Amino acid sequence: MKILVCISNVPDTTTKITFNSDNTEFNASGVQFILNPYDEIALSKAIDLCEGGKGTITVIHVGEASTEPTIRKALAIGADDAVRIDAAPSDAYFVAYQIAAYAKDKNFDMILTGRESIDYNGAQVAAMLGEFLDLPSISIIKKLDLNGNKATLSREIEGGKEVVEVDGPFIASCAEGVAEWKIPNMRGIMSARTKPLEVLAAQSLETLSVVEKFETPTPRGAVKMVDAANVAKLVDLLHNEAKVI
Amino acid sequence: MSVLVYVEHAEGKFKKSTFEVVSYAKAIAQQLNTNLVALAIGNLSAEQLSSLGTYGAQKVLHVNDAQLGTFNAQAYTSILSDAAQKEGATVVVLANSFSGKGLAPRLAVRLKAGLASGVVALPTIQGASLSVKRTAYSGKAFAHVKLSGAINVLALNANAYPVSEQPVNAEVVSLASSAKPTDFKTSVKEIVRASDKISLPEADLVVSAGRGMKGPENWHLIEELAESLGAATACSKPVSDAGWRPHEEHVGQTGISVSPNLYIAVGISGAIQHLAGVSSSKTIVVINKDPEAPFFKVADYGIVGDAMEVVPQLTAAMKAYSQNG
Ligand SMILES: Cc1cc2nc3c(=O)[nH]c(=O)nc-3n(C[C@H](O)[C@H](O)[C@H](O)COP(=O)(O)OP(=O)(O)OC[C@H]3O[C@@H](n4cnc5c(N)ncnc54)[C@H](O)[C@@H]3O)c2cc1C
Repeated sequence: MKILVCISNVPDTTTKITFNSDNTEFNASGVQFILNPYDEIALSKAIDLCEGGKGTITVIHVGEASTEPTIRKALAIGADDAVRIDAAPSDAYFVAYQIAAYAKDKNFDMILTGRESIDYNGAQVAAMLGEFLDLPSISIIKKLDLNGNKATLSREIEGGKEVVEVDGPFIASCAEGVAEWKIPNMRGIMSARTKPLEVLAAQSLETLSVVEKFETPTPRGAVKMVDAANVAKLVDLLHNEAKVI
Repeated sequence: MSVLVYVEHAEGKFKKSTFEVVSYAKAIAQQLNTNLVALAIGNLSAEQLSSLGTYGAQKVLHVNDAQLGTFNAQAYTSILSDAAQKEGATVVVLANSFSGKGLAPRLAVRLKAGLASGVVALPTIQGASLSVKRTAYSGKAFAHVKLSGAINVLALNANAYPVSEQPVNAEVVSLASSAKPTDFKTSVKEIVRASDKISLPEADLVVSAGRGMKGPENWHLIEELAESLGAATACSKPVSDAGWRPHEEHVGQTGISVSPNLYIAVGISGAIQHLAGVSSSKTIVVINKDPEAPFFKVADYGIVGDAMEVVPQLTAAMKAYSQNG
């Protein structure tokens, strides 16, 4: 079994998000970058599926050289080898196009991504890959079981879940619940330094989406405190002032 | 030229989020001075279909056959892209729902369209391109994205645009499926829906609780408050990690993002990862025994007190209010 896991490099979840003075660029100074948490779940699932020599895992990342610590982290957690497509990831379309170009003649049995990156939040790459590669894609899965060539996946829907079966190669984006996060051990960290990391040039592509500017949410007014002994006052404020009930 | 809106339904019924996307798409059609065409796939009554006229859809395309009763991203993409081309659509609108997230990206690739998901406002039209506001950095920011495809696809967040009625007579047209046999590589085995529960991503009112509730045995207090309001229930990450509540209820940076009219947070400290998923709520109420809890800094209303006492009192006050109101 050959599994490809797509990973992205994102600001740590504790990051306070700020932008440059004209709000056109994310201010990355002093920001710690991490392996996108959902991609880590996807990778953890791939490791579970390959346990006992049942398969190999390649991680692929579209990004510049500065992201290599994140790729090494994925190798430390347990991927066998890595590929970096050398380009700044301008949008999901660009990223999916590059990954599809790499994957198209490699016969992966499965391509896993996280459900979304915590910076762009597009939730787009998995389904785009499905379209580029003409493979079925199942977005936002909570569970994945393999039985021979048949995979059973449970995907989230509003107010419930849908159980989907697929024969043959597929693409899925993983949410919490698919696997437990894996913590790299010492052996993993040591071997990550020598595992193969191939760097490939990107294909050029016309972009159809560009971020013009960023904006941070307008801060709320000061909090209004209500005495715990007078909760009826809160009901009154929610009805008459906030008008939400 | 036209604007095409894909209308989702659950077992033959449209939901509020569907009326939101139709209202949103109608406003874009008006900006562009063109017609709104809706497309529905699967089992739906003629009455449901024509009800979309209430929100301004002049034409409703309906595609149904035995294979289309359940969601299939590939088949639905074929049908939608075919309709978009036949109708000369320049903008396609979908809900940024779970299925929408499986569909919109495939559609954008098939149509070579620009795509913005997580959209929260109407676009501004700039010649042949659009600029649209979407969420980014897990709710910590917004991005204004310029789309310059010959067709552009917008996936609208739930609760981001109000439903608005603009009644017209909708012409309902049945279309043959343009899905290809090779589109059917997946099959749906089971759909489980908790019918008595309000769907969290779309809920207007949410009561959420954290570790301050001490344990699952106290959750009936949260459920009773939610019931008195008709609200959905949610929780913080450690609560679902501990198995006190199901993962589907976990909100925040690594869970579900919500933007209800009212978010009541009980016994939640207000960590940055939690706030990321809830900060676009219109009104936030925080109940916490610690006056220094960071959540108070981003709340509209706060009560300092023990949840075990405050929550039942609030439930009683809500019940009294709804009986008198
Ligand atoms: C990578 C990463 C991703 C994360 N993603 C998320 C996420 O998506 N969502 C999320 O929620 N968290 C997330 N977290 C965790 C987050 O950092 C916090 O740990 C978490 O939100 C805290 O949950 P809590 O507020 O329920 O618990 P605590 O921080 O333990 O807070 C409990 C609160 O309850 C109050 N309290 C205690 N007893 C009472 C009482 N009797 N009455 C009233 N109040 C009481 C306390 O004063 C305290 O404020 C993430 C963390 C990491 C590292």
